[in-house]
Amino acid sequence: MLRREALQPSSQNSAAAPLSQSAGFLRSAAYYTHESFLPHGTGQGVPPALMSPHLMTDHAAIPSPQTSQTAAQKPEWSVDLTAGAPCLHASGVWTVQNGGMLTFPPDGLSKAHSGATLNIDTDQLERWDSAFITFLWDVKQAAGKAGVIFEPDHLPEAAQRLLALLPDKPAGNSNAKKPPAPFLERVGDRTLNALTETGTVTELALETTKGAAQTVTGKGGMRLKDLASDIWNAGPSALLIVGIVNFLVGAILAFVGLVELRRFAAEIYVANLVGIACAREISAIMTAIIMAGRTGGAYAARISTMLGNEEIDALQVFGIPVSSYILLPSILSLALMMPLLYIYGTLIAIFGGFVVAMGMMSVSAIGYWTTTFDGVALHEFVFGFIKSFFFASFIALAACRVGLKAGRSAADVGIAATRAVVIGIVGIIAMDAMFAVIANALDF
Amino acid sequence: MTTSDTLISVRDLTIAFGPKVIQQNVSFDLKRGSIFAVMGGSGCGKSTLLKSMVGLLRPTSGQILVGDEDYWAQDEKRRTELNHRFGVLFQSAALWSSMTVGENVALPMEMFTSLTPDVIRRLVELKLGFVGMEQAIDLLPSEISGGMRKRAGLARAIALDPDILFFDEPSAGLDPITSARLDDLILTLRDGLGATIVIVSHELPSLFKIADDGIFLDAKTHTPIARGAPRDLRDHSAIPDVVAFMNRMAEISPATDAKG
Repeated sequence: MLRREALQPSSQNSAAAPLSQSAGFLRSAAYYTHESFLPHGTGQGVPPALMSPHLMTDHAAIPSPQTSQTAAQKPEWSVDLTAGAPCLHASGVWTVQNGGMLTFPPDGLSKAHSGATLNIDTDQLERWDSAFITFLWDVKQAAGKAGVIFEPDHLPEAAQRLLALLPDKPAGNSNAKKPPAPFLERVGDRTLNALTETGTVTELALETTKGAAQTVTGKGGMRLKDLASDIWNAGPSALLIVGIVNFLVGAILAFVGLVELRRFAAEIYVANLVGIACAREISAIMTAIIMAGRTGGAYAARISTMLGNEEIDALQVFGIPVSSYILLPSILSLALMMPLLYIYGTLIAIFGGFVVAMGMMSVSAIGYWTTTFDGVALHEFVFGFIKSFFFASFIALAACRVGLKAGRSAADVGIAATRAVVIGIVGIIAMDAMFAVIANALDF
Repeated sequence: MTTSDTLISVRDLTIAFGPKVIQQNVSFDLKRGSIFAVMGGSGCGKSTLLKSMVGLLRPTSGQILVGDEDYWAQDEKRRTELNHRFGVLFQSAALWSSMTVGENVALPMEMFTSLTPDVIRRLVELKLGFVGMEQAIDLLPSEISGGMRKRAGLARAIALDPDILFFDEPSAGLDPITSARLDDLILTLRDGLGATIVIVSHELPSLFKIADDGIFLDAKTHTPIARGAPRDLRDHSAIPDVVAFMNRMAEISPATDAKG
């Protein structure tokens, strides 16, 4: 291998050098070095300066204990085809950090005689790590392709053991992307899915209603302890956040209303404005949105985690209906608690409006309250109360359904929680629009 | 960093959760190239000891010397650097579920080296090839079996070519054949990569086969009660608890020897 000395000054970052070696390659076809293969030889060598300094510990101790830490020699290789048996020479410090991730061209051995044995000379190899094994794997594949017998006996013992683990061929790209289905097929799929989903959710709702009815008659399979803890989570523990949000909303409404109504000297109607808006729409929606984010997300996450832990499977094996054990307490507690939270929220919102009004306009406290009581009819509360019940049932049902349908991994739990909240919030607003239309039609 | 044969020395370690002592007076040396077994009954603190060695749980007292640095006396940055010498295979493989198997192996390389995507892809194929998983490179963890997940976890553990590999119950939940293959794989990787291995397990056949040093933790006294290779402990130990454990004897019945 006289040529190797001639090549050594060349380095991967010199663009001119490979060209001259390509010329050399033409002169004597029997020799070639990795530098001859321009795209590989130049592209793969990573300058050491790019590498992180403390990583990719090479395993110096195993192959060559006598290593010196002075200027690491570039990894180099060449194939000698002149003699009867082809021989691969590898030299230098062959580590990832030292730019050792060289490739062996797949047709690199095509000129060798089929059936010949490829020996590997590693006498001048210093340290090595995964990079060298990656290269040898390439060589092994090229040898297999050219019908050359790959002879690992002269390799370091450790490299032999690692190579033996590797398959002869890397995995083909088996996961080829499927072409997208035709338009009609996709539309049909979506429609069927939507219908199935509607059916499933309706079924869940009916099962829950049935379960609730059975509980009332004392024959339900629900544990009252679960119901109690769910009620606690969906009700009293949400009081603070529902209170804060509704107070601020009421205050903001009063503030905006006051500024505008003052221009018409109709400031006192701010009491009606806050009272009617909150009782009829805003408190119901705000409370529902808070509960969709807070409790709906929690339901979806809990149920999908239970799915991942095979807890749902365990319930099914015992024959404990998922509906009565998990869904019923969840849905029932939210449906019972949210109308109460709504009333509480409305009162707090009116109080928020009252606080702002007291600070900004000259009216007595009694005057403000009287106006509120006169201005806000009871049926506004009834309307909000009924809406809240439906919002709550929808949030809980959607969250449980999303949770039950989720996959089993951590990523799927995140997706389920997100979906439950999004579906909950969008659904609430859509339902509210429907309620507005219905109320208008019924003149409620 | 010392050139001596001891990679990690544990000195008088005490691990406790609040007032509840898990293990105390734990001392041992981890020799280069050995396979060190942490043994003991369920709940004796094996995994907890492992956690404090890889930086997940600060010990109450005592030292863990990595080379000649006191691991827990370093700041977090230095501990992370030291951790790059460690590869950990968790009990449930702990693959990141939102990434494919290939991305799981590639992530440490992407984060901590400046290799090009091409080079990383080839190294990922290599590491997965070592564990026989190269065909699963584009699958998600949820799409592969438990045994394959373990092997993928192993490929991820060796992603940065670590010096020291920590295995928490590597063969738990695997069938005997898969488990035996995993043992061979561990031995081959030890010899091939030149790594040192700490293994937490109570899978006796596998311990007898691969481990050449070890420590036996006792759940009642909360101290290590025996040191040595599992094979030697099985054959020569005079401590009744250790003998019972190694020979799979229940306390009452003098059951038949179940070595295999």
